[in-house]
Amino acid sequence: MTQKNRIATGGQIDRSTTHSFTFDGKSYQGHPGDTLASALLANGVRLMGRSFKYHRPRGPLTAGSEEPNALVELRDGARQEPNTRATTTELYDGLFAKSQNRLGSLKFDLLSINDRLSNFLTAGFYYKTFMWPAAFWEKLYEPIIRHAAGLGSLSLKDDPDVYDKGFLHCDLLIIGGGPAGLAAALTAGRAGCDVILADEDFRMGGRLNSETFSLGDDSGADWAAGIIAELETLPNVRVMSRTTVIGAFDHGIYGAVERVSDHVHTPDAGKPRQILWRIYTKRTVLAAGATERPIAFENNDRPGIMLASALRTYANRFSVTADKRVAIFTNNDDGHRTAADLHAKGIKIAAVVDVRPDAPKTYDYEVLEGQVVDTRGRLGLSFVELKLANGSTRMLECGALGVSGGWNPNVNLTCHQRGRPVWNEAIAAFVPGEHLPAGMTVAGAAAGDMSTAGALRSGAQAAKLAIDLTGDIPDLPQAEDAPVNVKPFWYVEGCSRAWLDQQNDVTVKDVKLSHQEGFRSVEHLKRYTTLGMATDQGKTSNMGGLAIMAELAGKTIPEVGTTIFRPPYTPTAIGVFGGRHRGQDFHPKRLTPSHLWAEEQGAVFVEVGNWLRAQWFPRAGETTWRESVDREVLATRGSVGVCDVTTLGKVDVQGTDAAEFLNKIYCNGFAKLDVGKTRYGLMLREDGIAKDDGTAARLAEDHFVVTTTTANALPVYRHMEFVRQCLFPDMDVQLISTTEAWAQYAVAGPNSRKVLEKIVDQDISNEAFPFMACANITVCGGLRARLFRISFSGELAYEIAVPTAYGDALIRKIMEAGAEYDITPYGTEALGVMRIEKGHAAGNELNGTTTAQNLGMGRMVSKKKDSIGSILSEREGLNRDDDLRQIGIKPVDPAASVPAGAHLMSLTGPVDAAHDQGYVTSACYSPNLGHSIALGFLKNGSERMGERMRLVSPLTKVETEVEIVSAHFIDPEGGRLRA
Amino acid sequence: MIIEHPLLGPRDAAEFTYLGDARLIDRPDWQSETAAHDFFEYGYLRDNPAGWHQELWFHEAGDRSWLVITRNTVTHEISKVELARDVARSRGRSK
Repeated sequence: MTQKNRIATGGQIDRSTTHSFTFDGKSYQGHPGDTLASALLANGVRLMGRSFKYHRPRGPLTAGSEEPNALVELRDGARQEPNTRATTTELYDGLFAKSQNRLGSLKFDLLSINDRLSNFLTAGFYYKTFMWPAAFWEKLYEPIIRHAAGLGSLSLKDDPDVYDKGFLHCDLLIIGGGPAGLAAALTAGRAGCDVILADEDFRMGGRLNSETFSLGDDSGADWAAGIIAELETLPNVRVMSRTTVIGAFDHGIYGAVERVSDHVHTPDAGKPRQILWRIYTKRTVLAAGATERPIAFENNDRPGIMLASALRTYANRFSVTADKRVAIFTNNDDGHRTAADLHAKGIKIAAVVDVRPDAPKTYDYEVLEGQVVDTRGRLGLSFVELKLANGSTRMLECGALGVSGGWNPNVNLTCHQRGRPVWNEAIAAFVPGEHLPAGMTVAGAAAGDMSTAGALRSGAQAAKLAIDLTGDIPDLPQAEDAPVNVKPFWYVEGCSRAWLDQQNDVTVKDVKLSHQEGFRSVEHLKRYTTLGMATDQGKTSNMGGLAIMAELAGKTIPEVGTTIFRPPYTPTAIGVFGGRHRGQDFHPKRLTPSHLWAEEQGAVFVEVGNWLRAQWFPRAGETTWRESVDREVLATRGSVGVCDVTTLGKVDVQGTDAAEFLNKIYCNGFAKLDVGKTRYGLMLREDGIAKDDGTAARLAEDHFVVTTTTANALPVYRHMEFVRQCLFPDMDVQLISTTEAWAQYAVAGPNSRKVLEKIVDQDISNEAFPFMACANITVCGGLRARLFRISFSGELAYEIAVPTAYGDALIRKIMEAGAEYDITPYGTEALGVMRIEKGHAAGNELNGTTTAQNLGMGRMVSKKKDSIGSILSEREGLNRDDDLRQIGIKPVDPAASVPAGAHLMSLTGPVDAAHDQGYVTSACYSPNLGHSIALGFLKNGSERMGERMRLVSPLTKVETEVEIVSAHFIDPEGGRLRA
Repeated sequence: MIIEHPLLGPRDAAEFTYLGDARLIDRPDWQSETAAHDFFEYGYLRDNPAGWHQELWFHEAGDRSWLVITRNTVTHEISKVELARDVARSRGRSK
């Protein structure tokens, strides 16, 4: 028999089926119902990992999610997952795992040299040892430490699995499926409440599966199975195993991770690996149980040394013993249960060592009063050294030692809303405090009610209270009701290399050292020593550290207090937080109505907000983007071009106060704008800085269409609603965002009118439809449309809009109508070049630091009316004569380029921040002028036309002599616009 | 968090965007003698209480109502949710 430590009978494993699995290249066998840790122990494997810092050999300390030591790399290839706890990993056929954090083999880890160097690696060694010389830190020390310390490694491949998110609602959420949780679920479930019962284990029942007590006439495990079977028949109860509630959030919202496919080799088709549930509940019963805590003694971290309750779980639930010869070290009655259970299974109990003089002696094995003072065994425990109460010492041969220092209620979730636990002297442990998350009741061991009968009772009562049940609670079976009998005992006098936090390698010596060095607050102790900062968050180590700290400071444990518990309760994969929002699906993708058409033209797209916009349209033979863009610009200015401007924000403003409303949101006036006319509007923030710009077209006395920039469509709409609802609640004005309702195209260039005349049903001659006109029109013989004679390019130009469904048809119609004029589609790059040539400000200029003054539009800010930002825009500091003004820049050498972001300095003065006079905001090559041009801001710039300056970009090491010119490079008189 | 929208009932906080102190409703009179000072205080000075706070939230992924929410900044308890428009009117704002 290969499973040499498997007990012959019993346990909740299916012996009729055998699973094969691989650990560190070697093949083993186990059964359904095993964890990876229980199966390895069954095969006589105690050594499962190496510690974080000293590379000490380690085996499992626990049999649950609090495990600090037995962390492995589970699965291989892209599905490899580091730092997986072997104690919670459900065994499946073909499971593949490797030990981690080792150099060489697990048995002969070359980095175990660190253990010999431990004097240099104590608390705070980072700060002390690697101080000098500073340059060595990044190049030498850190890479070495990074390599030596650490846990598992990542595959660095894309995770092939899917993670989902889901939402659940219930009347009562019960966290934990042990005796308290099951009694609560039975009470609420039978009463007809909507109940969710969640437990992190794959087998519901909690400690009932690990104990030999009977409940009524049944074993604990059978009783639990019977209750679960009943609950699963109730339509109002959802039983969720393999589901860890990781956090308690505001207003009765809980986060839970369901491991849907972690227990199978490969997720079934269509199934996610894990689901992150957001559970909305009216009330909660926390029945999270308790965690046993160890005692610190010299060399207490050898494989084979475990929590006594873990030995019991392995024996009773998994039918495994860590060794044939076991000793127990305890300060309370519960440790003796392990001895009794193992003894009953025929395992040799070497001795039970109890620190108390009055320890119970029920069986025929030795019970000694004394302490474990040291241990032996290179890769696993072989002897423990005892110091007995009578002063004698003794060596005890054993391959496993069960340690019990008492039990800590799992109060974690009670603290997620800043609740603090309180000390309970009777059980020598922290229990939940007064301030629980709203709607939460705590039951069973989590509340400090440690007996099985107590758990059943308090679980049922908690549910009754939570759901306002007037009737009786269900009949509960007879169960053990033993009191807690514990003598607080945290560490053995005189020990130093006695581990508190086994995952982060923090010893008693480290805690003493940190106290010596003046770290008095428990939060400081934690950060200096890293106690409790590992992936197990100190579930088995924090109490020991606190107790020692209290003793050193001469305080009581409650005076010292605990650190804060935060979500998640157990380590959670980042993948499940991301869910399906990754890669292409990270955020929504918005496509304009003519996207397909643009694709047909071979457009290169760019993301703007969530939109995909055509950036340029390369043609055969064009090898660089510049060639395409130059062609598009020249073709538009030479004849006609068309550009999709659907993505600009559009807000419909209607009501008798619509004009007055626009007067409030724009710094310039709109009340006197004629119907059928469009006006440029500049929007300020209340602090006087420019917020956004756009146009407002008055289609009727009480109807405007406002445009915003693409990027600001959402925030500007939000701002307009704020002004409407919060500042001027009685204005008769209604707003609706119509960005998606209209497809809109800019048709620009000297031949644009000729193209549109073939499509628009009305007269659009210069006389009938002059510059800045707007109108509701029809196209193609009756389709409703809107036409605006506005221009971003500086050419004779129009923007034409049709309902979204007709966008694709319209662009094809425009292309057809424009064919005789060689109409050219242009993208956002050509759009940008033309607006720089024209000197129009855009996002680079409205950059959140500039005022109307800076933009050369100071006189637009009306002082005759109230508008957002008008008062603070008058502040002295924003109105200095030498303030920045928007200017144009051209290089003296026409072949030189103008780097965006470069700064303007005088020709001869020093080049430093103190002599900075301005900067470039937008730069491009102008195919019309044949050289680079730029827009920027310069101190007192409007008075400095013709001045020569140096343009300096220290980052790119470029220095160019430039001339300050008007920002209007093309058609400064605007004749083309009005043609 | 869950916000009890006065028109729509309980809604998840993820549907809302946050602005800040509901004193932003109390925009000063632009024609007052002390307008410059008043707007400076309005724009820059806010209380930052550890406790009850009236604040503005926008139901952006919902009905586009601005709401005034009375929330405890320490516990996140919400004691009152009102339409900002009603609050603005009750504070004397009109056109």
